[in-house]
Amino acid sequence: MSLDLSILLSTSSQGLLWGIMAIGIYLMYRILDIADLTAEGAFPLGAAICVSLIVTFGWDPLLATVAAMFIGSLAGFVSGILHTKLKIPALLTGIITMTGLYTINLRIMGKGNLPLTTNATLVSQMKQFFETIGVNPDFAILALGACIVTSIIVLLCLFFNTSLGLAIRATGDNEQMSYANGIRVDTMKIIGYMISNGLIALSGALMAQNNGYADINMGIGTIVIGLASIIIAEVIFKNLSITKRLITIIIGAIIYRFILAMVLELGVEPSDLKFFSALLLTIALSSPLISKKFFPKKSKTTVQRSDA
Amino acid sequence: METKAVLTLANIHKTFHPGTNNENHVLKGINFILEAGEFVTVIGGNGAGKSTLLNTIAGTIFPDEGSIILADCDVTKYNVRKRSKYIGRVFQDPRMGTATRLTIEENLALAVKRNKPKGLGRGVSAKDRLLFEEKLAMLGLNLETKLQAEIGLLSGGQRQAITLLMATLITPKILLLDEHTAALDPKTSAAVLKITEELITSKQLTTLMITHNMEDAIRYGTRLIMLNAGKIVVDVKGVEKQNLTVTALMNLFHQNSGTALQDDTLLLG
Repeated sequence: MSLDLSILLSTSSQGLLWGIMAIGIYLMYRILDIADLTAEGAFPLGAAICVSLIVTFGWDPLLATVAAMFIGSLAGFVSGILHTKLKIPALLTGIITMTGLYTINLRIMGKGNLPLTTNATLVSQMKQFFETIGVNPDFAILALGACIVTSIIVLLCLFFNTSLGLAIRATGDNEQMSYANGIRVDTMKIIGYMISNGLIALSGALMAQNNGYADINMGIGTIVIGLASIIIAEVIFKNLSITKRLITIIIGAIIYRFILAMVLELGVEPSDLKFFSALLLTIALSSPLISKKFFPKKSKTTVQRSDA
Repeated sequence: METKAVLTLANIHKTFHPGTNNENHVLKGINFILEAGEFVTVIGGNGAGKSTLLNTIAGTIFPDEGSIILADCDVTKYNVRKRSKYIGRVFQDPRMGTATRLTIEENLALAVKRNKPKGLGRGVSAKDRLLFEEKLAMLGLNLETKLQAEIGLLSGGQRQAITLLMATLITPKILLLDEHTAALDPKTSAAVLKITEELITSKQLTTLMITHNMEDAIRYGTRLIMLNAGKIVVDVKGVEKQNLTVTALMNLFHQNSGTALQDDTLLLG
């Protein structure tokens, strides 16, 4: 029982941190309708910046985390410029930035793996705080993640209901109409790239502080995790407004993390995990088609409604 | 001479795929002055250059030669976004004029802030809502109670009516209608045309409306131009336009172009 509880706790904590990244990916894939792979480089970038600043420069972990988010959005800015101004197709743009970031990340860290040995991190500070107020420090990451996730969702929901946010959503929905209504569609896309990759880098920075190190390869599979979280959210909770959708993506990330933990419990080697991630994503992505094929009468949706 | 020119097209030429086997000289020297308050219907067969003409005015296509003066401003080199300050446009495809996943009020809010900088103020204000309710009520489609409905849930006719509203919410210098009822069923098409006419007359909008339907072209508007092979071959207005019949129009076309009308769709439409 206590074992199950600890798994539940760790999966929820990790899921929350992943969820931030999944929201970043959602902004690009669903709201702007751009397939952006920058995430695979921005996630370790956030980790590298944050850990380097803490370890090498002795920065305060909070400042280092904010800096990581900022630098992540700069990576998004680069991708945005490549895609909108140099007219490079979105997929290639992401591959270019992520390839370039690999070298940059190595340069930042100086080596492939940079551990956070005795340095204070947001996680350790939170644990300390919990100890002083007499709460089980195991809940520290969960609380930290929940605080950050909540503020991100609130801020994003407010933002997407401003004139600027509306213009970004319109750009992703109907570019031609947006253009005809005088919206600077390129600028909107670049802003989207920046917010998205800023969040992804933030997630990377938090994950590094949770794991206790930054690793050059920690970005591999970022897209799969993000997409899986989104798809799980969309399959379970259909047709939601943007606020509710963002919340469900966090739930999707936790569920995904939980499924992976179960797979590991079943005795699958951790090194084989990526294969199961890919398999899981395939199942999730094809599930609408499969359910339509095998349960044709079950769907009683009267109006075909696209998801936002 | 006493009226004001809103739009002046001078010697507009456009050739697609120049220098190839597919070279297509679509616009061959269009000269045209649109005066304030005129409602012009544009008619012509397939490939006559109607859509190219409208796209050239909107800025989707740039002319190879000639100049476009819009509201005393040379906009020849302006892109769509820059021209959007002056132009309201409704496309043929109802899905093109509105954003599917945004609500009715969000779509209208985009139109109200057309060509204005987008800041961090509320996307849809309470004041906006009052305005939208009032304007939507004028359409008579019961949409004023559904401000928060997603556009994707509406029918083609409803979407086209909303696009019309969006195009005219900030009174444009010119309104461009590109066969905006062609994709609708006859009944809805007639309803949308009626709304179109009401909007144009109540706001005295200067309008260019492309249509495939000769009877609509004759019934609506204060002036009619007919395109053939990249040139304006018929241009009637005033009393002559009011008394125009299909037969008279065909005779005019024959006289001016030296050929008989061959496009069946135009005759039967």
